[in-house]
Amino acid sequence: MNEGLIIAIIIGISIAAVPLIFAAIGELLVERSGVLNLGVEGMMIVGALAGFVVEFHTGSSFLAVLAALLAGMAIASIFAFLTQILLTNHVATGLALTLFGLGIAAFVGRSYTEENIELISALHIPVLSDLPVIGPLLFSYNPLVYLAFVMVFLVWWFLFKTKQGLILRAIGDNHDAAHAIGHNVVRYRVLAILFGGAMAGIGGAFLSLVQVPIWGEDMTAGRGWIALALVVFSSWQPFKVILGALIFGGITILQLHAQGFDVRISAQYLSMLPYIATIVILVSLRMRDKNKTNRTMPNCLGRIFHSTS
Amino acid sequence: MSNRRLTSILKFSLLSLMLAFTNSAFADPVKAAFIYIGPTGDHGWTYAHDQGVNHLKDQLGDDVVITRIESVAENSDSERVITSLARKNDIIFTTSFGYMEPTIKVAARYPDVKFEHATGYKRPTDNISTYSARFYEGRHVIGKIAGRMTNTNIIGYIASFPIPEVIRGINSAFLAARSVNPDIQIKIVWVYTWYDPGKEADAARALIAQGADIIMQHTDSTAPMTVAEEEDGVRAFGQASDMSAWGPSAHLTSIINNWGPYYADRVKAVRDGTWTETDTFDGVEEGMVAFAPMENMPDEVMWEAQDTILDLDAGAVHPFTGPINRQDGSVWLAEGETPPMFPDIITMDFYVEGIDSKYPN
Repeated sequence: MNEGLIIAIIIGISIAAVPLIFAAIGELLVERSGVLNLGVEGMMIVGALAGFVVEFHTGSSFLAVLAALLAGMAIASIFAFLTQILLTNHVATGLALTLFGLGIAAFVGRSYTEENIELISALHIPVLSDLPVIGPLLFSYNPLVYLAFVMVFLVWWFLFKTKQGLILRAIGDNHDAAHAIGHNVVRYRVLAILFGGAMAGIGGAFLSLVQVPIWGEDMTAGRGWIALALVVFSSWQPFKVILGALIFGGITILQLHAQGFDVRISAQYLSMLPYIATIVILVSLRMRDKNKTNRTMPNCLGRIFHSTS
Repeated sequence: MSNRRLTSILKFSLLSLMLAFTNSAFADPVKAAFIYIGPTGDHGWTYAHDQGVNHLKDQLGDDVVITRIESVAENSDSERVITSLARKNDIIFTTSFGYMEPTIKVAARYPDVKFEHATGYKRPTDNISTYSARFYEGRHVIGKIAGRMTNTNIIGYIASFPIPEVIRGINSAFLAARSVNPDIQIKIVWVYTWYDPGKEADAARALIAQGADIIMQHTDSTAPMTVAEEEDGVRAFGQASDMSAWGPSAHLTSIINNWGPYYADRVKAVRDGTWTETDTFDGVEEGMVAFAPMENMPDEVMWEAQDTILDLDAGAVHPFTGPINRQDGSVWLAEGETPPMFPDIITMDFYVEGIDSKYPN
């Protein structure tokens, strides 16, 4: 294997992992607040469309990403209104949100399947990006790739290093107690849901702006569900989201390369690998620290909060 | 006027009146339904079927009422959808291989409804027809272009599922490429999906990183074409419909699935009461397999491709003409021999000699 190929593989892995990191880190914060939003796939696809449409009309990548973020928040706000104000069931509402998102994106995006746009260009830092090996490996990704890692750090910092983060976790663990000592459960949860929508929207836009510069119906192809699984896999720990996404994305890309190199393993098994490996690692991590995992799962996850008292 | 004459005139009038009524019953529009595996905006397989349905509508106008249902998964969902369509339609087209069993089941329950299953081969009841196209003839043409156009001698092939249809395409493209370029190699990546733009793009990038400078796809999105466009010196072929818009400098040509005339014929047959169960497997000659304009290639390469198309059109060449060995070295076809349609072509489940990849089984 030559240097260029290894760099191509690593860049490929980052492209496959980043949408998952965005969507999963958003959902992680949402679940930490005690809300289970199964609408990630729907929020991602709406973000993918919004990003594509704005990029197509304005040519501005910044506006495109902003639009994706706002579109994700807009559709998440429906979920917030239904579950936090009207107190509907989280699971049913989340599933409906996914179906709604896929449907409305397909409908609104109909005329855009004919179009194509320029890829968002990768970062180019003078000197640093030109360094051999290290340049392409560390300093030549799309800006959104760096943002994904920054967001994971910020979520970790927020949850574990700020007072508001502590309150949010407390709400996720016991909303009645948090309410009793005067915290506004609904406000925290609504803000968390909007943040989750924004992240899923950017994750979706990464697909339609960076991974492939096209818009296609259903182009998220189940990545929202993978992101949901990664949140569980991470035991609701932000940095483990990166680990999970890299394992899943990494094996996805590696198995494609393995097929090209004609490793003598049937392609069926290779394409099952990302799922199997992620599940195996998930289970083994759980077995290793069973008690710890139980402690990190928000106790009030998916439970409806009635602020009667 | 004799009494007898009057009676016969009366009889005749009555008969005409009856006929007029029957005619008007026949003049009800034919209700035709189509179920698609993907979204019509894929610009691949489903898009091509949808273009065919548009052609049908243009041809028959008010004589046909069309229902289209897209993105129907190939599981028990499809059986439910086909059943609900069978209650309200005269003819139902199920446009993916995976709808085979559900189509057969529902057809048995609705003997008065006609069923048309694309790319299948089972017709247990006389209300099911099957139809497909000799797409491997298209692969034969693009294989020749690929063999001439590559600099690295590596073709990257993005394959969906290991079914005979896809295997035929790989073998045909490889043999044609090798016939004009003995050094050609083919790298095959199975993505196990018909439509996932992200994964198709990942596969295209992996193949390009491994030295492929020609990308062929047997998946439905335009993603591989856009990836080829962003890389210098990489060219690609479109799938199912003209994909030139996604690769202005990468697109060589596309194999176009031209279903329109078939759909118009079959629905006309229902209207005229002449529909019977058939098996259709048309190719370049019948116009079911067509090509997008050829571009980004030297004139000699284009002429050779056009000549190949003319030969296929005249029935003068067969993409699988011996001597051809199987991958394991055993003889498949002797010198000058062409394979029978069944079982060799219909159920093809092996790579030909010279393909390095392991057969997925």
